[in-house]
Amino acid sequence: MFFTGPEIASALAELGVTHVIWIPDSALGPWESTLEGTPAFRLVRICREGEAWPLAAGLYLGGASPVVIMQVTGLFESGDALRNALFDLRLPLFGIIGARNWLARDADDSARRFTLPVIRAWGIPHVLIAAEADKPKLAEHYRRCRRSAQPGLALIGEGGP
Amino acid sequence: MPSRPDPTGECRSQMALADALRVLIQLRRPDTVVVTSMSASRQWPELCQHALDFHYVPSTMGGAVPLALGVALAQPSREVIVLTGDGSLLMNLGCLVTVVDAGAVNLTVVLLDNGRYEVTGGQKTAATAHRVHFAGFAQAAGFPNVAQFGDAVMWRDRAAGLLAAPGPRFFWLRIRPEWENFALRPPCPMAQQVDRLRRGLANRHGGDQGGNGS
Repeated sequence: MFFTGPEIASALAELGVTHVIWIPDSALGPWESTLEGTPAFRLVRICREGEAWPLAAGLYLGGASPVVIMQVTGLFESGDALRNALFDLRLPLFGIIGARNWLARDADDSARRFTLPVIRAWGIPHVLIAAEADKPKLAEHYRRCRRSAQPGLALIGEGGP
Repeated sequence: MPSRPDPTGECRSQMALADALRVLIQLRRPDTVVVTSMSASRQWPELCQHALDFHYVPSTMGGAVPLALGVALAQPSREVIVLTGDGSLLMNLGCLVTVVDAGAVNLTVVLLDNGRYEVTGGQKTAATAHRVHFAGFAQAAGFPNVAQFGDAVMWRDRAAGLLAAPGPRFFWLRIRPEWENFALRPPCPMAQQVDRLRRGLANRHGGDQGGNGS
């Protein structure tokens, strides 16, 4: 995992995030204690990924600045909720998405295979963080999306050798 | 428009949707946010217009409670009431646990249970034949205040006290299905609603436009 818990928490705090909507996977999971203990924002646990986007929508409508964190399999699961929030309500919501097995190039994982085709099909502006040098892309993309009032995703490559 | 009798003969309640909603319209404070979905989005705007009403159409089914939870967390000084249907809640029962875990003391979930997927023409849900106890779900999830009504007079008589109790609250209202006029139409374009709600919430005294009643 490229970001440690303190690194991601610091980045989100600096970006002015107020709420982190959260359902962990095994790679993102170690961030939890730091996310929960960061006073700059509030961690909101959900039970299933389909809750995340309407919850983020409500927070945004209420004037907050939420970020959704989930694995790409959860993004697949929450597709209708994502569609509604981003394309019916037209809200500029932002997600940090764990790209399962992205760095395990030999992995026979359909989640890995469908990650980029699905996100491209939705047409959501995204960046892929697949190396240490890519880490600044997260904050840059978030700020770009906020400035342009566009939704956005930052994919975090998981599952290195 | 008066509802036709239930042609299936399986109706569990005589409470009309409009009667259930009128109680909330009478009691809602000027700064309360109301999120409607499904059949409530059809009926509520015919009874009441308010700057802090958000009619979640088009929606993601089961998304009304999470959306209202988001508003409640972002606006902790306001009360938020969300009107959801039984078919919608069944798609997303975990949201009850999320609401309690989030500690949204300013949120009231009103379940309008007609035992049907009404807006698609009245098909049964998987729960219809089994008298599923929705209040039991809410209690098990940890809602501190849970109540259930199948009678409009009892609901009217007790609603004010229940709404004043600590939240999050869950009220299960058993209503009769509408067998006519069930189609769901957006009451106004979503972009207008988003803009209206954001402006209303940005106003600290919020939602003083429109008032109650029709």
